[in-house]
Amino acid sequence: MNNFKEKLAGRIFLVLAFSSISALALITVFILIQGAPIMTKVGLFKFVFGMEWAPSQEKFGIFPMLVGSVSVTLGAALLGVPIGICCSIFLAEFAPATVRNIFRPAIQLLAGIPSVVYGFWGLIFIIPVIRDYLGGPGLSILAGSIILAIMILPTIISISEVSILALPRQYKEGALALGMNQWQAIWSVMLPAAKSGIVAAVILGIGRAIGETMAVIMILGNAVALPESILDPVRTLTTNIGIEMGYAAGEHRQALFATGIVLFIIIMIINASAQYITRKK
Amino acid sequence: MAELSKNVKISTQSVNLYYGSYHALKDITFDIYDRAITAIIGPSGCGKSTLLRIFNRMNDLIPHVRIEGEILLDNLAIYGNNLEASPLRKKVGMVFQRPNVFPMSIFDNIVIGPKHHGIKDKHALAGIVEHSLNQVALWDEVKDNLKKPGLSLTPGQQQRLCIARALAVEPEVILMDESCSALDPGSTMKIEDLMLELAQKYAIIIVTHNMEQALRVSDMAAFIMIGEDKVGTLVEYAPTTKMFSYPQDQRTEDYITGRFG
Repeated sequence: MNNFKEKLAGRIFLVLAFSSISALALITVFILIQGAPIMTKVGLFKFVFGMEWAPSQEKFGIFPMLVGSVSVTLGAALLGVPIGICCSIFLAEFAPATVRNIFRPAIQLLAGIPSVVYGFWGLIFIIPVIRDYLGGPGLSILAGSIILAIMILPTIISISEVSILALPRQYKEGALALGMNQWQAIWSVMLPAAKSGIVAAVILGIGRAIGETMAVIMILGNAVALPESILDPVRTLTTNIGIEMGYAAGEHRQALFATGIVLFIIIMIINASAQYITRKK
Repeated sequence: MAELSKNVKISTQSVNLYYGSYHALKDITFDIYDRAITAIIGPSGCGKSTLLRIFNRMNDLIPHVRIEGEILLDNLAIYGNNLEASPLRKKVGMVFQRPNVFPMSIFDNIVIGPKHHGIKDKHALAGIVEHSLNQVALWDEVKDNLKKPGLSLTPGQQQRLCIARALAVEPEVILMDESCSALDPGSTMKIEDLMLELAQKYAIIIVTHNMEQALRVSDMAAFIMIGEDKVGTLVEYAPTTKMFSYPQDQRTEDYITGRFG
């Protein structure tokens, strides 16, 4: 009887687990079916590296959006990674318990804020500041980078902190026993030892940044053109889909799905490299 | 075992140690001699490691530790308002219970200490690596694989690498906290031979559970146990052979003859 119960429970869990995997499979197949025809029609190279996006004239080149996504994500990483790693070191090694008990939930809360709120805050706060002090329209790569940097902080901080805390205490003691001070022990023994976890944290943060849509729709300006400076507006792959899907039809709609395929592949590469790095010891 | 030099290296005077309100060590007074091996022995939980970690201020890492009394290294206080722990730890090296090789190459494990103490010259560093590994009789085993990860060595080799790493910063005293307890008998023997060798140049303080080991390697033995007031005290301190043949205290005799502990 017990044996039967256990088997039944096993089956139920299997079905439930399978349903989540099949959702992934369904989505993948769906966007491939929807997007692949236009890619083959336009030509993969012309689609990815084409400079012009004019659906009404049947011009489907997403290169400016690719540049937009990459530049905003890179900017977010440049701003967010150093802050995030320093914050995780502070929490893992320096912060007294009282400070840590305030910081940790606060950072988790940061992850819980809806992205539309981030976008709105950027729109009314960051954009005027950039416009007034640095010039340009304000809606820009810089604004997007700042907002995304804040949005990826929780990912980077929590994963880096866990990987630092997971280090055996003996590493730190060993380093200190050689006469290093605490900062030297962190820098030359603990950080290298926690490297794989920290790199994974950074990559997952980047994955989150490149996939973010709502916040960046509101603050990037969404112009389909190659940016010349970080104060120029851009459109990302995600915002392209988000903005146009509502009214697109026919080939235009297919091209948006094809944009999704490109995004999907980029994110898969990012996640796979994160997995590869964490697994490799 | 050679004649004791009787040069005092570390002098411990009325040392009391508290973890918060918990009194862990009481009134410890003894002298540690240079170029000799001093063994700290006693039952589990009596404060042997705590006492050992006083000498390189490793207890500083634990919050709410308070140490009273005076500990002098070459007649200079090691605890004090303006004294930093790092310069002391350069002079007083430590080998831990389990090998704690850093996750980097054998070469980098050795040079990481000297590099932090300002040695940048590549030839000098390579010389330090060869010399340190020779001192622990590991050079011939690893000289062709210095770029290999330190963690790829056997546990016994790893522990010798850790000793080499400690020697590379040119300490004067070496603390060994049950450094053989995680090793097989063959590796243990190698490390014991090494201790005897190193005692020609350094003051060595070991903590050990193993009475035979204390008898085999140490010149002086300090027996610590928890007294009736639940506080660790130094019961007896004497040349090891004397303590093991003519223990002065009944509790020492009971412990070393295996009646408890």
